[in-house]
Amino acid sequence: MVFLLQKTLVYAAPLLIVALAGMFAERSGVINLALEGEMIFGAFCGAILARFFVNAGVFSNSIQVMFIVVLLFSGICSAIFSLLLSLSAVTLKADQTIGGTALNMLAPAIVNAFALSLFNSEKIQMPANFEGYVIKNPDLPALVQIFGDKAYISTYIIVILFIVLSVWIYKTRIGMRLRSCGEHPQAAASVGINVFKMRYLGTTISGFLAGIGGYAYIATVANGTAESSVGGMGFLALAIMIFGNWKPLGIALGALLFGLLKCIGPVSSSIDFLQKLGLPMFFYNIIPYVVVLVVLALTAKKSGVPKAEGVPYDKGMR
Amino acid sequence: MKTKFQSLREKKGFQSVCASVLCILAGILVGFVVMVLLSFFNDRISIGDAFSGLLILLGGPFSSGTAKYIITNLGDMIFYASPLIMTGVSVAIAYKTGLFNIGAAGQFLMGTMGALLVALNINTTGQPFLGVLVWILAVLVGAIFGMIWGAIPGFFKAFFNVNEVIVCIMTNWIAANIVSWVFTAMPHLTNAGAGKSGYLITTAATGNGTPKIGLNVLFSGSYLDLGIVIAILLAVVIFVMLSKTTFGYELRACGANKYGARYAGMNEKRNIILSMAIAGGLAAVGGAIYYLNPGIEFKFDSAYGKLPDYGFNGIPAALLGSSNPIAVIFVSLFIRYLSVGGDNLPSAGFNKYIADIIIALIIYFAGFSKLFSELLQKRRKKAEAFPAAVKEMKAEETSSQVTETITEAPVPEEILKEPAEEEKGKEA
Repeated sequence: MVFLLQKTLVYAAPLLIVALAGMFAERSGVINLALEGEMIFGAFCGAILARFFVNAGVFSNSIQVMFIVVLLFSGICSAIFSLLLSLSAVTLKADQTIGGTALNMLAPAIVNAFALSLFNSEKIQMPANFEGYVIKNPDLPALVQIFGDKAYISTYIIVILFIVLSVWIYKTRIGMRLRSCGEHPQAAASVGINVFKMRYLGTTISGFLAGIGGYAYIATVANGTAESSVGGMGFLALAIMIFGNWKPLGIALGALLFGLLKCIGPVSSSIDFLQKLGLPMFFYNIIPYVVVLVVLALTAKKSGVPKAEGVPYDKGMR
Repeated sequence: MKTKFQSLREKKGFQSVCASVLCILAGILVGFVVMVLLSFFNDRISIGDAFSGLLILLGGPFSSGTAKYIITNLGDMIFYASPLIMTGVSVAIAYKTGLFNIGAAGQFLMGTMGALLVALNINTTGQPFLGVLVWILAVLVGAIFGMIWGAIPGFFKAFFNVNEVIVCIMTNWIAANIVSWVFTAMPHLTNAGAGKSGYLITTAATGNGTPKIGLNVLFSGSYLDLGIVIAILLAVVIFVMLSKTTFGYELRACGANKYGARYAGMNEKRNIILSMAIAGGLAAVGGAIYYLNPGIEFKFDSAYGKLPDYGFNGIPAALLGSSNPIAVIFVSLFIRYLSVGGDNLPSAGFNKYIADIIIALIIYFAGFSKLFSELLQKRRKKAEAFPAAVKEMKAEETSSQVTETITEAPVPEEILKEPAEEEKGKEA
């Protein structure tokens, strides 16, 4: 059971932060379909830096510090990449779906082209001492073990970021301004808020978080392989964001529920009761998706979708 | 008046073509810059290679060397474009109804499963006529599987008001797992050949592959078959349905304004479900015609881990063709044209993914195509503002049926908009 919950946290962390990334963009009024691409791009940049650090012997004594530095670097690279989306969706008022789709195609293409050209392989395997990332405290009491043993520092950073940013977007002045641009940009502009700036802020924060999520994904769930795919995690995060009704608490619940259900399959062989049932892996794989659908159908409520989402800001519109 | 309207429309079409060409040129230019950049980073590539790489890329299948390879690659280009046309039209029809069909991948897989279950379980070796019948049955079963699968997001959207994007993403992964599950449970369909692991047998073993109708003679050595004809036919049918029938009009009305459609007495729930079902059917036919080709193998054991690219590539095909089924045909062929050029790139020292970068960039710039054509329009308007106004006045003076022509002729949108806005400004 402890093992299951540990796994759940590891799996849910990237989902959590990327879903929050989606929320930041959409709350400012930009549909960020490019989450998947931003994750791929950020993770790839992070992997290159991690490789460089290990080969150059930097941070060889403090692997956790290196992990944090690389994580931040992934976020920054991804934030810069997301400026492409802002440029097209905010400044040039292009169709936001097209921009997002283009970035989703561009990121894997860039990763493949550069990885093959520079490293002669479509995959970048992380360095050998990669295991050092894992925090091991097997002596802790069971309940604390869930959080303290076999954990990654990225999970803690993600949870802290999630809480801080959730409070920030609801309780601070800039956060409220950002949200107002997703609901009624003309009204926001009428009280002196710069809609373009706010939307740029929203998508850039979104890109930053997606990059962090991307690196956290490849470093933990994907066992340190950076390639041109993050297993559909970005789209899944988008779904979790919609599931959470564009609200942090809903997103947290959704990510944890999904993570838990997703991890039952891999763990089932070590739980006697489930092992006796002998169900195929595919059955467990399907469970989380079906449960999300059923929950959505039952809780069919008023959608919390930001009203101005996906509509380019037009000063003259009424 | 009529001829004037026609010439204006021609101008508008000309402008959008201009804008598309600009997008493509911009994409290729930036792609070329990437190649030059790569040549700096990589010692094995010189700047001269970047130029020859560009030529190879633009040559598409025609840069494949000897005539024999050119013909084979040309045929393959068309073959690989056919499933893309289907998923592209699938996304397009949903888009016209105001729905974003991100679930083409799952529908594609369901279509593949339905078609292969029929075709691989019935052995018609040596009976060509029966083989064709089974093939038709296989495509139909695949389409029905896809329609049911596509209807699920529509159903959730119509009756539970659940966002179709989330349902599509969920059903994609459910479909991927079901496909792997079903074929894992059917070991008699697994290809037991040497060096094969996790592949199904193909229709070459059961003798009911897609008929070649002589295309294999025309394009010798390629996979090309009847599938492309099916794809083009279906695209045309969808185009006619959308633009010429009442049902198509209802679908588009639901997409333009669902409350307006409801107010006008249309059953918007039924339309949403039907639109998604048709979209699902189309994507499924794409999967069916692709995998019913005797030369294409389906790897079922890893299907649950990665969704097929065809499903997602339908989105850019639809967007680049501005959701027009006929345009999707040409866009799909163009995308494959560049991809084949990319496959030939290694001879210049680059890898094939450069083509993917350029395609992505073209789609990125396609988002600005409206902006491009608006810019073109503005320039033209400024240049012609004075003469045009004089002409118009003269035309009105000479015309004896001014009122009639005004009520009859559909006035283009941009004419209506701009003066109205200017007037508003004056009032204020």
